[in-house]
Amino acid sequence: MCVLVTCISTLVHFYSTSYMSHDPHQPRFMSYLSLFTFFMLMLVTSDNFLQLFLGWEGVGLCSYLLINFWFTRLQANKSAIKAMVINRMGDFGLALGIFLIFLVFRSIDFCVVFSLIPYNLNFNLFFFNLSVNCLDLIGILLFVGAVGKSAQLGLHTWLPDAMEGPTPVSALIHAATMVTAGIFLIIRCSPIYEYSDNALFIITIVGALTAFFAASIGVFQNDLKKVIAYSTCSQLGYMVFACGLSHYSVSIFHVLNHAYFKALLFLSAGSVIHALSDEQDMRKMGGLIYLLPFTYTMILIGSLALMGVPFLTGFYSKDMILEIAYAKYNFLGTFAHWLGLVSASLTSFYSFKLIYVTFLSRPNGYKSSFELVSDAPFPMAFPLLLLSFGSIFLGYVTKDIFVGLGTPFWNNSIFVLENHFNHVEAEFSPVHIKWLPFFVSIFGASLSVSLYHFFSQEMFNLYMKNQILVSIHSFFNKKWFFDRLQNEIFGFFFLRIGYDVTYKTIDKGLIELFGPLGIVNTVLNLSKKASQLESGRINQYAFIIFVCLIIFANFSLILNVLSPFIDFQLFFIFALSMLVHYVNV
Amino acid sequence: MLIDQNKFLFVATSLFLIGVCGIMLNRKNIIIMLMSVELMLLAIDFNFIVFSVFLDDIVGQIFAFFILTVAAAESAIGLAILVIYYRIRGSVSIEYINLLKG
Repeated sequence: MCVLVTCISTLVHFYSTSYMSHDPHQPRFMSYLSLFTFFMLMLVTSDNFLQLFLGWEGVGLCSYLLINFWFTRLQANKSAIKAMVINRMGDFGLALGIFLIFLVFRSIDFCVVFSLIPYNLNFNLFFFNLSVNCLDLIGILLFVGAVGKSAQLGLHTWLPDAMEGPTPVSALIHAATMVTAGIFLIIRCSPIYEYSDNALFIITIVGALTAFFAASIGVFQNDLKKVIAYSTCSQLGYMVFACGLSHYSVSIFHVLNHAYFKALLFLSAGSVIHALSDEQDMRKMGGLIYLLPFTYTMILIGSLALMGVPFLTGFYSKDMILEIAYAKYNFLGTFAHWLGLVSASLTSFYSFKLIYVTFLSRPNGYKSSFELVSDAPFPMAFPLLLLSFGSIFLGYVTKDIFVGLGTPFWNNSIFVLENHFNHVEAEFSPVHIKWLPFFVSIFGASLSVSLYHFFSQEMFNLYMKNQILVSIHSFFNKKWFFDRLQNEIFGFFFLRIGYDVTYKTIDKGLIELFGPLGIVNTVLNLSKKASQLESGRINQYAFIIFVCLIIFANFSLILNVLSPFIDFQLFFIFALSMLVHYVNV
Repeated sequence: MLIDQNKFLFVATSLFLIGVCGIMLNRKNIIIMLMSVELMLLAIDFNFIVFSVFLDDIVGQIFAFFILTVAAAESAIGLAILVIYYRIRGSVSIEYINLLKG
């Protein structure tokens, strides 16, 4: 992870010197980028959960600062707040998990915790009045943290919105490093997860669903960066379900490879956007292959690596994930395998849609924006070049280190139970299973190119005529209405609770009623009533004096006489009712 | 001589209560109020004398004399206040003595 973080950061720093050269706040930008790198290194080099949490919160903070970099834009502000808040939800789960780890193990050092795990296998504790296994609970709570940070299904909505930041930020934070922190956490805690089948189950299901879900949305997006953002989300789903299937080394292998080709894709997209004077909509591009041949090559390499074309980087990790999913031979494996296959097909579909619509199709943009197009200058091109080398060769070069059979590379840092280990089965799975991801990818890619090249007019006509197609399209284009769901059901609900219940009813209602306002009003009211007793009529004064005289003179006598006959509790009721009546009159 | 003190005490108490009622129920005339006060003092005097005779103790009668003097002084001062009040307001009706309200 250190190699990954430092490599990508260095390249992104270098890239930003050119990409942000026209920005008046470039020093601030560079400081934020470096701060982010610092926190990410803090995160990955920690030997305890506390330092990990420091890095975790730090990258969240930097993500806020960087998304919000152009702070005069309202949308950037809102996206940054969204990223911060949604990350914070996950962080709450992580914090709870760390508390629980300390409660159970009395330590937050990785080595202490992991070595004590076999002694706590059957330790149950009560959580919301449910008796749960502590390892399950710890695993699930840590996974909640990972869900927030790695944009898994449920807390994923911040990632596409985070594209409001400058493109190098998207490349560094939301593709290569920060989102991988969640995966890193799961991998780092592999001893915990290995002993908790329930947590593994949830991780696999959520990861597989995320992979499919994000890929299905990515197909229907029109924003260049959003497509890549959803592909990130989808690939993170792959990594997570690889972890859920106990193949942590494969997962981190994919993390590494993905960082290279995703950074490449994002930085190339940045190059396109830069060339087209900040136009991000793919529908207004097209024909750029003649104007931006270098960027085209880079984005093509990135996309081919992403869709797992053989012998490029993505092939080694992605196909391996699918194979191990197949070789699991249980419900989880089958579930993940099928969803993974479908998303592999969708991935190549939208990758090639992106390439076709941006580079190969007829130009659709304004003439003015095409006149100024020029290919990436050296500071932008050089990182792209290095990343493209990474995207081509890295998988092959590091395959044997990371996931080779019996590799000693991970030593004790990744722990896998023997009965969860199915590397050999995956290696010797049937040939057609091994070919399947390749064919679905090719199928998706060729389908997308042929649809857009030959049938775009027919598709458009069909789309205009058919109401069902329109609604399906808008369903996917609007991200399965997840944002709307979140806003209208949860966001608005909590906002209303915050205003109606906590503010109006409790703060301004109950506390004021029993606090200052209510007491002041009661005292005022009572004293007004009492002062009305003085009516100015002498005979009433005489009456009051006389009655009070009798009562005071004979109080003990009255009590003595009456006590055998009446219950004194009645007196309190009587006195209370007199008081209430008196106040109300 | 056997004295049935209940009868004397009844008379005294009734006089006192009549005086009290005279003060409390009277809404018109302040002179009547003063007279009622005199009546209450008379009832108390009477009470003192009755108990003095009944207990065969002279202190009660001494008190009765003191009360007589106090009552005389009180009525003199009260009437003086009334006269001055009448000189200023031109009326001694109770209805109009309600300026001091809470």
